[in-house]
Amino acid sequence: MRRRTFVKGVAVTSLLTLTATDAEARTRSKRINNRNILRGNEFFLDIDYTPVNITGKNAVATAINGQIPAPTLVWKEGETVTLHVTNHLKKTSSIHWHGIILPAGMDGVPGLSFDGIAPGETFTYTFKVRQHGTYWYHSHSGFQEQTGMYGAIIIQPKRKEPFAYDKDYVVLLSDWSDEKPETIYKKLKKMSHYYNFSRRTVGTFLDEVKEKGLANAFSDRKMWNQMRMNDRDLSDVTGYTYTFLMNGKNPATQFKALFNRGEKIRLRFVNASAMTFFDVRIPGLKMTVVAADGNHVKPLSIEEFRIGVAETYDVIVEPADHKAYAIFAQSIDRSGYAMGSFTPKTSMLAKAPAMDPKPVLTHTDMGMDMGQMDHGGGMKCGSGMMMSSKKDLEKDKYAKMESQRYPITQLPMKRGLQTTMKAVAPKYRLDDPGVGLRNNGRKVLTYADLKNRYSTRKAKKPDREIILHLTGNMERYMWSINGIKYADSKPLVFYYGERIRITFINDTMMNHPMHLHGMWSDLETGDDNHLVRKHTVIVQPGAKISYRVTVDARGAWAYHCHMLYHMAGMFRKVVVA
Amino acid sequence: MKKIVSGLMVMFALGQTAQASMEDDPLVTMFLMDRFEVLDNDENTRVWEGSFWIGYDINKLYLYSEGEATSDGLESSQNELVYSRAMAPFWDVQMGLAYDKSDDASKTWVEIAISGLAPYYFETRAALLVNGEGNVGLRLDAEYEALLTQKLILTPSLEADLYTKDDPDMHIGSGISNLEAGLRLRYEFIRELAPLYRYYMGKNIWKYT
Ligand SMILES: [Cu+2]
Repeated sequence: MRRRTFVKGVAVTSLLTLTATDAEARTRSKRINNRNILRGNEFFLDIDYTPVNITGKNAVATAINGQIPAPTLVWKEGETVTLHVTNHLKKTSSIHWHGIILPAGMDGVPGLSFDGIAPGETFTYTFKVRQHGTYWYHSHSGFQEQTGMYGAIIIQPKRKEPFAYDKDYVVLLSDWSDEKPETIYKKLKKMSHYYNFSRRTVGTFLDEVKEKGLANAFSDRKMWNQMRMNDRDLSDVTGYTYTFLMNGKNPATQFKALFNRGEKIRLRFVNASAMTFFDVRIPGLKMTVVAADGNHVKPLSIEEFRIGVAETYDVIVEPADHKAYAIFAQSIDRSGYAMGSFTPKTSMLAKAPAMDPKPVLTHTDMGMDMGQMDHGGGMKCGSGMMMSSKKDLEKDKYAKMESQRYPITQLPMKRGLQTTMKAVAPKYRLDDPGVGLRNNGRKVLTYADLKNRYSTRKAKKPDREIILHLTGNMERYMWSINGIKYADSKPLVFYYGERIRITFINDTMMNHPMHLHGMWSDLETGDDNHLVRKHTVIVQPGAKISYRVTVDARGAWAYHCHMLYHMAGMFRKVVVA
Repeated sequence: MKKIVSGLMVMFALGQTAQASMEDDPLVTMFLMDRFEVLDNDENTRVWEGSFWIGYDINKLYLYSEGEATSDGLESSQNELVYSRAMAPFWDVQMGLAYDKSDDASKTWVEIAISGLAPYYFETRAALLVNGEGNVGLRLDAEYEALLTQKLILTPSLEADLYTKDDPDMHIGSGISNLEAGLRLRYEFIRELAPLYRYYMGKNIWKYT
């Protein structure tokens, strides 16, 4: 696959320079307001079909103001923004402001917040901005997000931030396919491994036989075979159809971020892809994480982080050398990468490092007990740099999380044909960087490392708890919560003023980035005094995770997995009564 | 009886549904031609084996067909039209009619089957058939896909047909009437198109009483 991606990228270079100018000229004549960054408190956004050429083939995108990504919107905390969104498509459209705290009617989810924006109509969103940081916006209608409807939001803080930097750049990651999203979805329904070209082969098995003998190799495979699960099933949709983009540029055309030596640069990473988790690093540079999902965290120096669909991370880097660094974002299944150059001059381009080996899921990712089940699967928790004493400490913290007792509200649960797997012994794995990043020799960010910059000691303790199982039938490509898909579900009822603890158990082998609209998710990472505030929380395969939500927003809200092709089933309506 | 033949496997979708909204369960159609061979002989024999389905996650309509035809007209085929309903995570129950043709004779059966993915990834189907003459049949199919590489796939298969009664017109004998072990090797240029090489040993054990 690596060779293929490379070839695809190169073949496209010359073509793209041509078509990029072409498209620019075309859109410029059509619109006056074609700018990458829009500032102020009144915005005009137009959704329309837009011809693009991202892979060397002509395709039609649904774009905002003729751009992919859509323009970056810069707002100011405390101001009221007004956004006039006009839909020129033949279908209903919408824009959802991801992670923004606002009245339910402004949230932009058709069927829940409003009726959507009908063809030819303009909807005006207006709300007061009550937060700051890096966020993004995207369509919440059909699969429009996949075909180009996403952009970044930067909210400038009212008060000075507790860290300094000279410049900042948005680094927005996305996945583009020339195939229609409806086609992709139907292909997955017909053959869920359609896009997976990293499956186990006879050769893989023979290597294992050579390594550990026939009996061991066979017994290692036993559970996977009995459960009809695939340990190479990392991404439903892969680089086979996706071209991975950084700020709309492919690895051949390259996004370029300029720096002067000695400067501190803030990079605002946004994962705006439909289906792709990225592992991000800048070889040769350490990154200091200062914010997660827009909220300040205690600064933390790392070398790599995994960014789930819809998450954002702000990092500060200080390039020491006069050279081009690669901003390298490989997809979780290593079927391709997005890449840009962090460079002193646009003429100096970075070379892409080699991709890491393709990850293999372990029994841990299946929710089995790691102590007993993992025979040499290479599984160790943590980024591989943890001292054993620290590890014991972490264990204590999770024991504490495990022992928290709140009244549990029972929810309907079905174990019918919607589910093919059950995590038997799901564990809190906050210090687990996840499959493919374990013990890779680099300092990888984990959720356990994230600590709110400000104390949450005074935050109310949860009044009650609900447990949600993330479920799916991978063979039939159906996704659900508690074994019940959205179409068959009843809304979750939250009560205004309460603080609710939500525990997820992932009964599938996929990462699911869970996004609650309208309210913050205060993630338990082991330190109740510094609960980290997020809008999108990755639930690792076979794992368990808990967060707390202060129910302070009335209305109907969407609560769902942000993987675009999981979302229709793995979705709940939340009603705050 | 041993045969080595090459053929083609074709998988593609027919028709797109007009709907583009975010429904979790769109109408999907799938056409799978496991085998299509034109033999270089005087009769210009064509051999096929394929299936078509249309439906949703839970409910589908399946059409299975396999057979052999020559330029002189149809020779022999087995065709099944069944309503299929998902009953367990990996299993469907199917009900419908089967229509067999053998030269000038034909038989219609009522059929009930289970179809799905057994542990260890065996694609399995077992069908129970009854016809108007009181003959009861059991048709069993199992196959396994072994990936030699990501695109080169070897598929051993096993097929057995059993009946309670003889039916000479249909070349059917009581007991195990037909037994076939096959080996298909295909190369998936793309998922939708894979030329294949086929080797099978079969035994038609029907006998007259
Ligand atoms: Cu998901």
